[in-house]
Amino acid sequence: MITDTEKRIREEFPLINSTTLAYLDNSATVQKPKCVLDAVSRYYENDNANPMRGLYDLSLRATEDYEKARSAAARFIGAAPEEIIFTRNASESLNLVAYSYGMNFIKEGDEIIVSVAEHHSNFLPWQQVAKVTGAKVIWYDCEEDGRFDLDTLLGLLSDKTKLLAITQVSNVLGRVNDVKTMAKMVHEKGGVIVVDGSQSVPHMAVNIKDLDADFFAFSGHKMYAPMGIGVLYGKKALLDKMPPFLYGGEMIESVTKERTTFAEVPHKFEAGTVNAGGAAGLLAAIEFIEKYGFDFITKREDMLTKRAFDRMKEMPFIKILGGEKAEDHHGIIAFQVEGVHPHDVSQIFADSDIAVRAGHHCAQPLHKHLGIMSSTRMSVAFYNTEEEIDRFIEVLSGIRSRMGY
Amino acid sequence: MSTNTFYNEIINEHNLNPYHKHSIEGANFSLEGVNPSCGDDIILNLKVEDGVITDGAYEGDGCAISQASADIMLDLIIGKTKEEALHLADIFMRMIKEKISDEEKEELEEAGILESVSHMPARVKCAVLGWRTMSEMFGR
Repeated sequence: MITDTEKRIREEFPLINSTTLAYLDNSATVQKPKCVLDAVSRYYENDNANPMRGLYDLSLRATEDYEKARSAAARFIGAAPEEIIFTRNASESLNLVAYSYGMNFIKEGDEIIVSVAEHHSNFLPWQQVAKVTGAKVIWYDCEEDGRFDLDTLLGLLSDKTKLLAITQVSNVLGRVNDVKTMAKMVHEKGGVIVVDGSQSVPHMAVNIKDLDADFFAFSGHKMYAPMGIGVLYGKKALLDKMPPFLYGGEMIESVTKERTTFAEVPHKFEAGTVNAGGAAGLLAAIEFIEKYGFDFITKREDMLTKRAFDRMKEMPFIKILGGEKAEDHHGIIAFQVEGVHPHDVSQIFADSDIAVRAGHHCAQPLHKHLGIMSSTRMSVAFYNTEEEIDRFIEVLSGIRSRMGY
Repeated sequence: MSTNTFYNEIINEHNLNPYHKHSIEGANFSLEGVNPSCGDDIILNLKVEDGVITDGAYEGDGCAISQASADIMLDLIIGKTKEEALHLADIFMRMIKEKISDEEKEELEEAGILESVSHMPARVKCAVLGWRTMSEMFGR
């Protein structure tokens, strides 16, 4: 039985509302509410022109829609609109920082500290920067329970430290990292902190000024917006001194055959025709989240997490990655089933009409650090139901017997 | 398709109690096969004398499909010539990726139960790992 509240939420999501699938792969991407889909259609049906180009009303409306989305994204994380750059996704945001900031302001002998829990998208760009500049990547390991010890960080920091790359919430462990304190520690050494907010922004209130992060990246598609729109926040002073990442249309001030001057931030970083439809969707997604509010969303997701976690803890053949308490997991539980490979686990779930993820979740260094190859991950969004969690638990408890144990 | 029919006794038995998962003496063909994205990893060892596979075994880790498929393959190819083994590999690959005749399926004996993998695109590479490794080993 689903509750009235659950019914009301689920009716907002056409896909969720029309399937029996228990969708528990929300860390990968979430389903989209009707209001977001409508906002994208509305943009293309009423306001579509190339933003920032035309002097006619339609193009002005397209520009206005696009800039309204930027303002909303800024408000959502407590930033100023000129500090918000639209990208395709968090990966592109992080690449922008690596190529524009990293390649130009990091030098041979400098050190880049990368947390071992990073999604590959907040590690590979830094590996490239190190390779090209001659800087060194230093690993910031987590404890066995997934906690990042601040004393460990203190031991890694030095005058050579130029940058710390860390996620606010790991896509495997689900734990919230104390990036605010880490930012302070890195700043004391004169370095910058690059925070991956992909798994935090959709599920908890984030205030970027409070965190004092220098760069902060997240994807729209994990927060109810369409795929193909993402955000990079950067401190204005840093963005101003960084060269463009991509060159092309509408990112210039003037171009001659000899030289070009570039537009102001954020437009300097948005070459080519932008994803205005996606931005309209992102605006609607932000308003959708604000309608429910994080008090409600986070509480529901924590409740669902705890419902699954506490039952999983009772199963002797389940090993959960990361913290020992449900409160450490924030909607994400990655686990191993003794004797059953994660791909077989997720196959059985799939055939039981439940979607979970199996593999390394783009976090191979973390899995290696924890001494395993891969894991299965369930992750919730606030539209999931208690009944779905119970179905998940029922299938999980029978997996070993279905595999012949 | 339901898992109840897929992870059947045969697959589970070959996965949990593999007959050929061990080391062997005197192997003259050895090759590692890996599916990097999911971590399936086997080392296939074969002993070939006068063109005939007289003994074979594998070691490694991976999902039930990759491990059971390799075990079933060894059941089938030990005692056969290299050419016969490659012929069976060809049928197996076509079974997974396209379609085969009933006669061909009969040739595959127990390996025919993996036919349903052809409807599971994400698991194809698991099912073919052993066969692919054996074909590569013989220069195909």
